[in-house]
Amino acid sequence: MRNQHEDRDPRFRIARREAWIGVGLVLFNFLWWFGFAYGLGSSPAEEYRYIFGMPAWFFYSCALGSIVMMILVFVMVKVFFREVPLDEEEESS
Amino acid sequence: MNWDTVLPLLLFLVIIFFIGFWSAGRMGQANDFLQEYFLGSRELGGLILAMTMIATYGSASSFIGGPGAAYTQGLGWVLLSMSQVATGYFVLMILGKKFAIQARQYKAITLVDYLKGRYNSKAVVLLSAASILIFLFSAMTAQWVGGARLIESLTGLSYTSALFIFAVSVLIYVIIGGFRAVAVTDALQGIIMFVGTLIILIGTIYAGGGMSQIMSDLAAENPNLITPFGHDGTLTPQYVSSFWILVGVGVIGLPQVAVRAMSYKSAKSMHRALIIGTIVVAFMMFGMHLVGVMARPILPGIEVADSVMPMITMEVLPNWLAGIVLAAPMAAIMSTVDSLLLLVSSTVVKDVYLNYVQPKASHKKVKQMSFGVTAVVGIAVFAMALSPPDLLIWLNLFAFGGLEAAFIWPIVLGLYWSKGNKYGAITAIVLGAGSYGIIYQWWSDPFGMHPVVLPVCFSFLGYIVASLITRQRKRFMKG
Repeated sequence: MRNQHEDRDPRFRIARREAWIGVGLVLFNFLWWFGFAYGLGSSPAEEYRYIFGMPAWFFYSCALGSIVMMILVFVMVKVFFREVPLDEEEESS
Repeated sequence: MNWDTVLPLLLFLVIIFFIGFWSAGRMGQANDFLQEYFLGSRELGGLILAMTMIATYGSASSFIGGPGAAYTQGLGWVLLSMSQVATGYFVLMILGKKFAIQARQYKAITLVDYLKGRYNSKAVVLLSAASILIFLFSAMTAQWVGGARLIESLTGLSYTSALFIFAVSVLIYVIIGGFRAVAVTDALQGIIMFVGTLIILIGTIYAGGGMSQIMSDLAAENPNLITPFGHDGTLTPQYVSSFWILVGVGVIGLPQVAVRAMSYKSAKSMHRALIIGTIVVAFMMFGMHLVGVMARPILPGIEVADSVMPMITMEVLPNWLAGIVLAAPMAAIMSTVDSLLLLVSSTVVKDVYLNYVQPKASHKKVKQMSFGVTAVVGIAVFAMALSPPDLLIWLNLFAFGGLEAAFIWPIVLGLYWSKGNKYGAITAIVLGAGSYGIIYQWWSDPFGMHPVVLPVCFSFLGYIVASLITRQRKRFMKG
């Protein structure tokens, strides 16, 4: 009986969608991190380019990558996340 | 004793006691003692939720061990540490609102309560309570040893007196203040860690003569230090990537982290925590580990990796500022320990005592038990930390990966896969923790990855297969 109740609860559809956004973000995060680190970082160290004093692979993968993730999380939360009540029918006092 | 560095630490302790007493005052007003003591009445706002998650998770390793390893390995270790950025948003997004809503429906206060509500099985409750008690007790003892060593090195006190100071400070505010005190002190400690990271990062770049100068010094010493592959080229992409499981997405399976995902007040606080958490964790991990690398040209030849952080702080900052920054690792250790202490005590009181020993215990009795068990566990940890046995050290190394492999699927699939059942959960817990123990001990790097990767896969398959088989058998017997 609890299961039927669960399937109908529209809050759980929202929760499910938000969880998928989390999975999508972490995959993107990983690909960005891996791609720049090993894509640019695999050449010999003498051939590295530098950005703000940091090797390019490190700048894109670690520094810029973090900033990109901060912005993405912010945008996702503001655009796609819905506010729903967490309590059952009765409000907690 | 160096008073310039000791004074900020003392001040920090005084503020923490104050928070403990304030929370104890709030406890008198709460309707439901257990909810208040072990979950802060589910009233956490966004900032405190974000900070307590990060502070609980970011332990001594982020501030002492991590920068030390970065000092040896170079930028490759900073790259590895960035896998932790995912924890800032992933745990809360995946567990998310469904976990918070269901925890309220089940009236769950602990992770074990949630599993009990979801699977209705005594075996699941006892198995999970036992693994939490064993692993987190050892993890906690190891953190106490770390805390005491840090006080020892900062103040010059003996190990025993340092441990005593550490134990008394943590015990008092946790015992009297409960979860609210832990969460609020975590927030304070998180802010100290954040500001500390910022100060030390700027100080180190300045002392090293700027980023370009530091990088060319590193490249001149050993070009491998500025590649992603570690100082001797042995950090392979698959090894570094496997840390995304251990310290990134797998963190969902840690009971002390998961329990926080049921403690927030509203969807709004969760949204704020997502944004704040990602920013803070990304900045802290990046900053602290990069400082470890940059310390190399400034202070070459440090032998003991764990002393890199304290030494570079003393080197590049004036004394009084160093005291504030060095309160950060102290804060990191304390905020991990306090959460573990409360979690172990809630497992004893709520999951074992109230479930199976004395379900009808009176309100007053429950209150006494909660304070009492927290105190007894704390004193037991203190006794163990005086001279930690070998078994305990092994269990601690094992704890995080083991708990992750055991709990990640029973929690996540329990939430989102309605076909999952108790047989799946039992299989996942046993298979996950068991195979992790075996692989950890006898096959240290399967396919060049961290030993946690395979058990997480086994536990996933075990959960699915066992759930489907038992489901079909039931249907067969019905039909």
